[in-house]
Amino acid sequence: MPEAFSESACGPAPYRTMQPSDSMPDTVAAKLSVQELSAWYGEKQVLIRVSLDIPERQVTAIIGPSGCGKSTLIRCFNRMHELVPAAKHRGSIQLDGEDIYANGVDPVLIRRRIGMVFQKPNPFPMMSIRDNVLAGLRLTSTRRADTDAIVERALQQAALWSEVKDRLGEPGTGLSGGQQQRLCIARALAVEPDVLLMDEPCSALDPIATTRIEDLLTTLRERYTIIIVTHNMQQAARVSQKTAFLLQGELVEFTETDALFTKPKDKRTEDYVTGKFG
Amino acid sequence: MSVVDPPRNSSRISGRPPSRALERAFRGLCLFAALLPVLVLAVLLFDVVRTGLGRIDVQFLTSFPSRRPQTAGILAGAVGSVWLVGLTAAIAVPVGVGTAVYLEEYARRGRLATLIEINISNLAGVPSIIYGLLGLELFVRALSMGRSLLAGALTLALLVLPIIIMATREALRTVPLALREAGLALGATQWQVVRQVVLPMAVPGVLTGSILAISRAIGEAAPLVVLGALTYVDFLPDGVTSPFSALPIQIFNWTSRPQAGFAVNAAAGIIVLMVTLLMLNGAAIITRNRMQKRLGR
Repeated sequence: MPEAFSESACGPAPYRTMQPSDSMPDTVAAKLSVQELSAWYGEKQVLIRVSLDIPERQVTAIIGPSGCGKSTLIRCFNRMHELVPAAKHRGSIQLDGEDIYANGVDPVLIRRRIGMVFQKPNPFPMMSIRDNVLAGLRLTSTRRADTDAIVERALQQAALWSEVKDRLGEPGTGLSGGQQQRLCIARALAVEPDVLLMDEPCSALDPIATTRIEDLLTTLRERYTIIIVTHNMQQAARVSQKTAFLLQGELVEFTETDALFTKPKDKRTEDYVTGKFG
Repeated sequence: MSVVDPPRNSSRISGRPPSRALERAFRGLCLFAALLPVLVLAVLLFDVVRTGLGRIDVQFLTSFPSRRPQTAGILAGAVGSVWLVGLTAAIAVPVGVGTAVYLEEYARRGRLATLIEINISNLAGVPSIIYGLLGLELFVRALSMGRSLLAGALTLALLVLPIIIMATREALRTVPLALREAGLALGATQWQVVRQVVLPMAVPGVLTGSILAISRAIGEAAPLVVLGALTYVDFLPDGVTSPFSALPIQIFNWTSRPQAGFAVNAAAGIIVLMVTLLMLNGAAIITRNRMQKRLGR
């Protein structure tokens, strides 16, 4: 039984009525376990005692209106939140049972296990397609003999190999937006993370490129634990197995995606998914 | 009723236009202001080239100074300048880029960063002769370097440091935050991101700053005069501790001589200095443009 849920009962938010038993089968292990996570930018609190368990090898979507703390939440997962000046947090996040915020844990090593894809495609402009895929290894001076194999495998996984295999030496910025985003996914996968965080990865892409990325997620979840932030509810419904709804920094509801969209337990969730606000 | 209602559209765009005389006069004034410095420069250049061009020959380029203008040359000054500028760049570019990287990438907004920033802006406004005095006291006397190339280069390095720092900071600021985050999210340390992502993208800007700095250093005479650079040198520098002369010093010396022949030498020296400067700048600009193209910007 996941501990985060039982703990949340003692939190200050009485509306959390989720029952752990109906939201998560016991067979799925929690990859990331978030307990009582609060986060601030200076004096402004953007996350309020959020607790949730991210299941392994599934796609978990995080939805909510702009400014609800979705991006901050996943930036806490790979310790990117603390890079912003005056940012702070409280609470704990466990990756496979290990506290990633414990003393002596190097954020750099956490980020090698938890990869991230950003809102806008951001390939490195001075690097070729091939070098972009290998960027994680190059930047960290990791020597690997089988770079060709790594490049091919990562690009295959990102469903980009067939489109670029004949021009690996060309600059990554010469690709289309959707291809650039898949290149960024390949770049994240090349360092072989366990978890892949995606912060609105399709918001800068056209519908066709979006479909390709969504299809990709379905194959990627066989190997990776994926957490996707999206402002697009249809997208969450299409790609995810579980969905978390955040509102003004609070976790309102976290359950199976089907259940969240068809029979939400919280009135605010219902209002949001039926388009009454947002 | 229709008499008081003139057809609206036609009244707006047809009819007598407002007088443009004032605008034309202002435009003329601006054009004049823009042309004036160009004109002055052209006259100066023409005068220098007419006086000095005929004097430039192999003898002039390969001779040491002399009491007779006909046998005097710029070899010592030119070689001294090359040494000086090379050393200055070797000192100022690493220190300047390092300072800029610290201020932009590492320093937290706080007292120390503010203090450093204020000092850099102040340094940029200090007259060059003051740097000469500082160099004389600090490098020549206190650190007992004597009137050496090293003392000269260190002084010029201080002089051009603000230029390099400011240009580099500007360049670092243009590197998008998204690329830094991309690097960090891949598990790179901040140093790895700065070294392999941020700095390579800032190279064109760093080059621009270095060009400006070198151009400034190669033409400076005042601090070197204060420092005690020699005007009569009949040997070439053999190391950084060697006494030296420089082209601007040589030119300055010739212009203060009474014989007409030395005025011609000074003009010829100016041409050599200018051509060197233009070639240096040209080479650097070409390099920068090539790199910018490679970065796809």
